[in-house]
Amino acid sequence: MVHRFFGGVHPNGNKEATERVPISPLTLPVPQVVLPMSQHVGAPCKPTVQVGDEVKVGQVIGEPAGLGAPIHASVSGKVVAVEPRPHTSGSPVLSVVIENDGKDTPAEPIPIPAPVEQLTPQQVVDIVRAAGITGMGGAGFPTHVKLSSGMGKVDTIILNGAECEPYITADHRLMLERPEKVIQGGRILMRALGLSKLIIGIEANKMDAVEALKAKAPEDVEVRALRVRYPQGSEKQLIQNITGRQIPPGGLPAHVGCAVFNVATAAAVYDACYEGKPVTRRIVTVTGKAVMSPVNVEVPLGIPLQTLVDAAGGFKGAPGRILSGGPMMGVAQFDLTPSVIKGTNALLVLRAREFTPTPKGELVCIHCGRCVGACPMKLTPLFFNQRFLAGRYEELEGLRILDCIECGSCAFSCPAHIPLVQSIRAGKMEVRRLQAEAKARAEAAQAEKKEEVSAQ
Amino acid sequence: MSEKENKAALKLSVASSPHIGSVDSTPGIMLDVIIALIPALAAAVWFFGARALTLVLVTVASTVGFEALYRKLMKLPMAAGDLSAVVTGMLLAMCLPASTPYWVAVLGGAFSMIIVKQLFGGLGKNFLNPALAGRVFLFSSFPALISVYTAPGQRLSIWGVDAVSTATPMNALHNGRLPDGVSIQQLLVGEQAGCLGEVAALMLIVGGIYLVLRKVISPRIPLFYIGTVAVLTFLFPLGGVARVDWMLYNLLSGGLMLGAIFMATDYVTSPVTPTGRTVYAIGCGALTVFLRYFGIYPEAVSFSILVMNILVWALDKAFMPHRFGTPWFQKKAKEASK
Repeated sequence: MVHRFFGGVHPNGNKEATERVPISPLTLPVPQVVLPMSQHVGAPCKPTVQVGDEVKVGQVIGEPAGLGAPIHASVSGKVVAVEPRPHTSGSPVLSVVIENDGKDTPAEPIPIPAPVEQLTPQQVVDIVRAAGITGMGGAGFPTHVKLSSGMGKVDTIILNGAECEPYITADHRLMLERPEKVIQGGRILMRALGLSKLIIGIEANKMDAVEALKAKAPEDVEVRALRVRYPQGSEKQLIQNITGRQIPPGGLPAHVGCAVFNVATAAAVYDACYEGKPVTRRIVTVTGKAVMSPVNVEVPLGIPLQTLVDAAGGFKGAPGRILSGGPMMGVAQFDLTPSVIKGTNALLVLRAREFTPTPKGELVCIHCGRCVGACPMKLTPLFFNQRFLAGRYEELEGLRILDCIECGSCAFSCPAHIPLVQSIRAGKMEVRRLQAEAKARAEAAQAEKKEEVSAQ
Repeated sequence: MSEKENKAALKLSVASSPHIGSVDSTPGIMLDVIIALIPALAAAVWFFGARALTLVLVTVASTVGFEALYRKLMKLPMAAGDLSAVVTGMLLAMCLPASTPYWVAVLGGAFSMIIVKQLFGGLGKNFLNPALAGRVFLFSSFPALISVYTAPGQRLSIWGVDAVSTATPMNALHNGRLPDGVSIQQLLVGEQAGCLGEVAALMLIVGGIYLVLRKVISPRIPLFYIGTVAVLTFLFPLGGVARVDWMLYNLLSGGLMLGAIFMATDYVTSPVTPTGRTVYAIGCGALTVFLRYFGIYPEAVSFSILVMNILVWALDKAFMPHRFGTPWFQKKAKEASK
């Protein structure tokens, strides 16, 4: 059965520069790493080490305080600072700085209580949690939470190998070079959820990866080639495409019986369960017209973005914009000091003509409706922008602004080049502020009522 | 290069995602509309002479000129670069007869641009199609001056207005009969009396196909508009005329093709939601047939579209796309239980 997600756009793939470049290890010296305590969705971790402590590779240096996953040292050496440092999100985050002694002394591996095939679901959850695995596709939702909350509710497990963002090839190369890890890691997740079938979805522009996985896939794994259309890799759209189910507003995949994991997450689960390794490295695509030789490079977490640029041979000409992530949803960087975190799948170093410059002058919406047609969530982005600019924030919620996944399809398709996503993000903040105010007012009224009652 | 120098040399631009956009632009879209109008305009020049072309030039000069004048007086940034005034000028001329006095055309351009468009805030803010509103203004103000329809083939020179004039096929249809001596083939190629842009149905369709292929318009509005007119005229022929003949003559006479392909699809004055567009187009079609049958004017397309223009805001509100992830049928019950 073929289902299709709504809307979407078709940006240029621009994957040619790196799709045939094998994953290479980082060969440059890493004098120190900066590991932010916030690398995932949820509360930041609490550092468990102090300045002066000696740490080993894989040793826990941050424990979650609330929703989260632990963070491990990616090199061995000495903790030289625990302080706020620049973060790819734009604002400084408390980080543990480790001076690399270059010895890569390993810490004790994560204990694996039984042969992998015989692990109980709870044991898998514990290992995944101990390994600090979070969604490697970018959003960074803690994987063990997804697993434990999905148990008993999920009937379909999907590995996301869509990689629909232009330029990025990290997952593509992973699937091509380490298909075994993706499949076996996925099967561990599948068994933990009590399921007997695993679906791997890959955009049809990576047929070599589809073939590579099919060649290694046992009977319980189905590899599916998906239509090449952005945002195919968005969780909601992937589920809709594969199962025809739509996640209700504000809901999670588990609400429609689905669990989606990135292929890189599955590979990390493999490393954790078979080798007892926590997440201390990841594959990053470094590309764009403003680097010498674009690469897919496997690096320890915590290295500065500058080292990624160096790994790609340095700048070629003047970079105009540098992004952590892809061109549709990536975050523009002010400089190259932030470090690589678990969700950093790409560094894009773009030349002036590779990205759309900030438009000048009055931006006039001509009501063409392309944003409406492009929206995979069936929203009306032009009206968000219009109400937001007019200051009519109270109307935004009724227009379902909180359903927006910020995929950028609307702004991409806008012939007037209106920064719709920017208005939507700011509009969402206003809606949340209004909601908080309304809640506070309701609580105050409630308290007053109670007082009156008790006074009587 | 040391790290410090390197950092100092970095001049990065920072903005919200997405960082790439489509290559389409507002002027590009307008240019496509201009290109799409050329076949029909060429047919008009062929049948009505050089004056058809000069009339277009005059209205374009008027719309562009008056828009610039208004924006200059109001100290607003110039907008001629978006080419929308050129499109309005061309469309206005397309719905005037070739013999229209130039000064009337100039006045129409001024009305379209200043009263209908700029007073409401300029591009994107007007709620009526400027060209259609200009046409209706002229037709109701100077009915005698612009109801002289040159017979096709009587080519007018630039200054000439003296030629054999004739009734348009719409006059006959309005009276419940088929026009004498005008075949379907003549209607298709444009050998009929009428306004510049409404005679050559085939050329208008060619322009429409171009716009659809260039993804400037979706075929939804023209198809539903023309389809509604086709169904209604087929079901209810007047004066005992054969159904199919009556339907075809109704489809190919008057401003229907021009209106359905070029006027009803005007972005600014049509809905953005798919269902809204369907309802809007069906409304245009139903009103067109209704006014052709029961109105006092023979032609009804401009009034129909203008009426539906006024409803666009309400249609967009009423026909928001169905919310992602919510059931289709329990919606009402759920809301009631809240």
